[in-house]
Amino acid sequence: MSYLELLKLALPETIVVITALAVLSIGLGTGRVKSTATVSTAKPAQSANDTSTATGICSAVAALGLAIAIGAVLMLPRNATPFGGMIVITPLTLLFKIICIALAFFTVLLTTSEKSLRHPGEYLALVLFATVGLMLLVGSEELLMIFIGLELLGLSLYVMTAFDKTDVRSAEAGLKYFLFGSTSSAFTLFGISLIYGMSGTTSLAAVSEKLATVSVQPLLAVGIVMTLIGFAFKIAAAPFHLWAPDAYQGAPVPSSAFIASASKVASFVVLGKIVLVGFAPFHGSAAWHAMVAGWSPVLAALAALSILLGNLVALAQSNVRRLLAYSAVAHAGYTLIGLVSGDRTGFSAALFYATIYAITLVGAFGVVAMVRRETGGDDFSNFAGLSSRSPLLAGCMSVFLLSLAGIPPLAGFFGKFYLFSVALRAGANHGLLWLVAVALLGSFISLYYYLMVLKAIFVDEPVLASPRQVGVLPPALLTRATVAVLAATVLLLGITPEILAAPILAAVP
Amino acid sequence: MGWATRMIAWTIYITFTGAVLLLLLPRAFARWIALLTTIAGLGLGLIALVRTPISDVAHFTTIVRVPWVPALGMNYHLAIDGISLTMVLVTGISAVSTVLFSWDVEHRQNEFFFWLLLVVAGCYGVFLSADLFLFFAFYELVIVPKYFLIAVFGSTNKEYGAMKLTLYSFFGGMLVFIGILTGYVTAGSLDLNQLSQFQFSPQLQSWAFPVLFLGFAVLAGIWPLHTWAPTGHVAAPTAGSMLLAGIVMKLGSYAGLRVAMNLFPQGFQMWSKWIVFLAVVGIVYAAAVALRQRDLKFVIGYSSVSHMGFVLLGLGAATALSVSGAVLQMFSHGVIAALLFAVAGRMIYRRTHTRDLDALAGLNLGRALPFAAFTFVIAAAASMGIPGFSGFAAEITILIGASKTYPLAVWITGAGMVLVAAFTLRALKQSFFGETKPDVHLQQARVALDPDWNEQQPITTAEKCGACLLMFTTFVVGVYPKLLLDRIMPAVEAMRFLK
Repeated sequence: MSYLELLKLALPETIVVITALAVLSIGLGTGRVKSTATVSTAKPAQSANDTSTATGICSAVAALGLAIAIGAVLMLPRNATPFGGMIVITPLTLLFKIICIALAFFTVLLTTSEKSLRHPGEYLALVLFATVGLMLLVGSEELLMIFIGLELLGLSLYVMTAFDKTDVRSAEAGLKYFLFGSTSSAFTLFGISLIYGMSGTTSLAAVSEKLATVSVQPLLAVGIVMTLIGFAFKIAAAPFHLWAPDAYQGAPVPSSAFIASASKVASFVVLGKIVLVGFAPFHGSAAWHAMVAGWSPVLAALAALSILLGNLVALAQSNVRRLLAYSAVAHAGYTLIGLVSGDRTGFSAALFYATIYAITLVGAFGVVAMVRRETGGDDFSNFAGLSSRSPLLAGCMSVFLLSLAGIPPLAGFFGKFYLFSVALRAGANHGLLWLVAVALLGSFISLYYYLMVLKAIFVDEPVLASPRQVGVLPPALLTRATVAVLAATVLLLGITPEILAAPILAAVP
Repeated sequence: MGWATRMIAWTIYITFTGAVLLLLLPRAFARWIALLTTIAGLGLGLIALVRTPISDVAHFTTIVRVPWVPALGMNYHLAIDGISLTMVLVTGISAVSTVLFSWDVEHRQNEFFFWLLLVVAGCYGVFLSADLFLFFAFYELVIVPKYFLIAVFGSTNKEYGAMKLTLYSFFGGMLVFIGILTGYVTAGSLDLNQLSQFQFSPQLQSWAFPVLFLGFAVLAGIWPLHTWAPTGHVAAPTAGSMLLAGIVMKLGSYAGLRVAMNLFPQGFQMWSKWIVFLAVVGIVYAAAVALRQRDLKFVIGYSSVSHMGFVLLGLGAATALSVSGAVLQMFSHGVIAALLFAVAGRMIYRRTHTRDLDALAGLNLGRALPFAAFTFVIAAAASMGIPGFSGFAAEITILIGASKTYPLAVWITGAGMVLVAAFTLRALKQSFFGETKPDVHLQQARVALDPDWNEQQPITTAEKCGACLLMFTTFVVGVYPKLLLDRIMPAVEAMRFLK
């Protein structure tokens, strides 16, 4: 295979990398703000204008690059294994590359209205590098390559989280995320190395073949559990979720959106591949009274704990972003149920759920960004009276939150039905009923706190306007349009879930 | 099947379209859109009632069936039989009168009617669904609009009432979810007609039935899970109470019959005596509590729980007659409860700004608002079960039907009906025909509090139309219950739990 052909097969990644470099240089060339002091009223209006122009140009270029990358993914062949199997091209990887790029695309659109970014070029370049990490992550069935993807993604995300230099919260969030993330990488690497030691290979399919001949040994169990723990950090499953609330709350809003959406989808794709392909011989069973050691009881325990802990702690939150973070923990738990049931339909249900969850959260963070821009915060009190300030945003936010709560006719309802029905079908004699019951109890609890946010939006009187009021700001039409499009998508996927569920089901091997 | 029957599916589409239009058009159109939409829904129901031969609705007959998510076996599948037809009719009647009684809502008008139409559309959907997933989607769809109707537009303690009601409904929905999933996964189908032929193992039925039925019964206000109903009714705006008591509570009992009892007949036989027990306790308990309430809306709220107890009794007694009576009672109570709440919430409260029975006794409203007094007398008579009104026809059918299987329950219920009559008469007397002298201070205080308050403000035309529609319906069905029973009975007899 010649280099040209290899380059063709890696064209989407190449395009994104080139776009990232282009954005970086544009950002260096235009409108760098000179003053590094804290945001103050003395800041000249000129530099603010420069920043917004630079943000505009950079986002346009980044968005264009991502759109071209989607086109390039569509041009790829349906099946190929370039680089000696380091990267694989299958319908599944193609589909999720498109989904990840699309989520990154929406994240880029959200950055257009973000004021706290004083170096938009660098920020957007990081988003694009993280996107490359995502593409490597979904596009590989090889442990080493997966680890490289994870690291590329992780390092970009740490910086994106700490990007707002004027906000101490952002720095704290970045540091926490970095410490937890690098620890989890260590866990993953440790687990991978043990598995490599047992099987002598890093390719998932080969690992599975080797492990099928081995009996369960303590060393192997340690390897599997270590790897799972590493991914539990990534998807923020309890009890490895501690970084999430700070990262969601402190990071610039587009970073939170990206961490909550694209990063999560990719992690679930990879986790699913690792457990279902690589660790297939050690499935075990999580059925009630019939548990068999393996990875599925481990994931079931993580799922149950995440659902209960995430939902219960979310009840006590008064900041919308923190609330979304704890609800993210719970949703990671729901999604894990699909993997626990452990077959093709279970995996596709989990992927469907992760995808609609990601779409929903990008939208929800879009609304948060707008509220933050207009009122300077994202507590419940900042959302009070949103329905009279902006009916569109209020309507979209209720679509997102009700979809998370699983209310029809929104996508989350179908997603939950799909997940739970698959889980109930998986174990003989309704063995996973306990897990489904826990999940339903969790979604019952969750309706309460989602309704509390909606109550603030629709029922509460607006708190007295803060000095940073609407009017001085341009209306950020692009972000509003993005949010509206995402809300429409959530509604559409709820009414005709077939258009996403069928491709996913067809793509899962 | 004729076009008239097929057209009934359009009740759902028209109502959803109306709801979407409300979001797009300016507020000048709001109430007219709502009125036209609901009238169209009622009209379609009436056309179907008149034009469909009785034999066509003897079985749950498919109207529409389109693949929806083939991979999971979901279809967009609507069907109708006599029971559904009856429920669609009561939905239409309640909806039209609800809009008429909300004619002067000014605050966030479009939003108000939007939520209202969503509830109505969801109810139509539930009553016509023949696919379990579709059914459940409509069933859950109704929950959130109720929250907004009450939390935004309600009165007394509205946020508490709204949240309590929503969480109770969602809790019930969670139990229903488990039951539905179990049925779906075991039988591998979501089609209600196919599921009702499937033989589930008795062991599965013995736990799946109570979970499913209890989930539905929460919405029907079964004792002791009824407490959401009085607080919710009191907190809700008039339209909300009318819809809640009129149709939403019926969703629970209808679903219990259509899904729980039909799917798990053996489970139903195992548990039916407990349903009867809870129903009888509910009838007597709620009536006794209603006797001690001071707030007129609380009286009516508890009376709803009591009357829904009759529905559950009819279902639990499991004879063709008692179940048919239960369906007729769902219809009848839908109309009567809407009428009672309309009088209490709209006609009285809007003009006096109090619902306290002692305070009302001093206002001598019988003279000031003769039309309201007349309406309330009719509603009270129908509610007490005076012959000539629908309440009598329904309750007597239930009791005769139940006397074969649970004679003791019938005796106790008969005693309970005395309590029903007692609290209804008490409310009637205190609110309109109080003998206490008018309390001048009270009136002056009220006038000072609210400059718009005017005792002489006449009953509006919209209110009169709504009230007449409801009174006419309860009268027609009371005099000629055969109109509905002829359609209900064959449909009930086709269900397998009777065999």
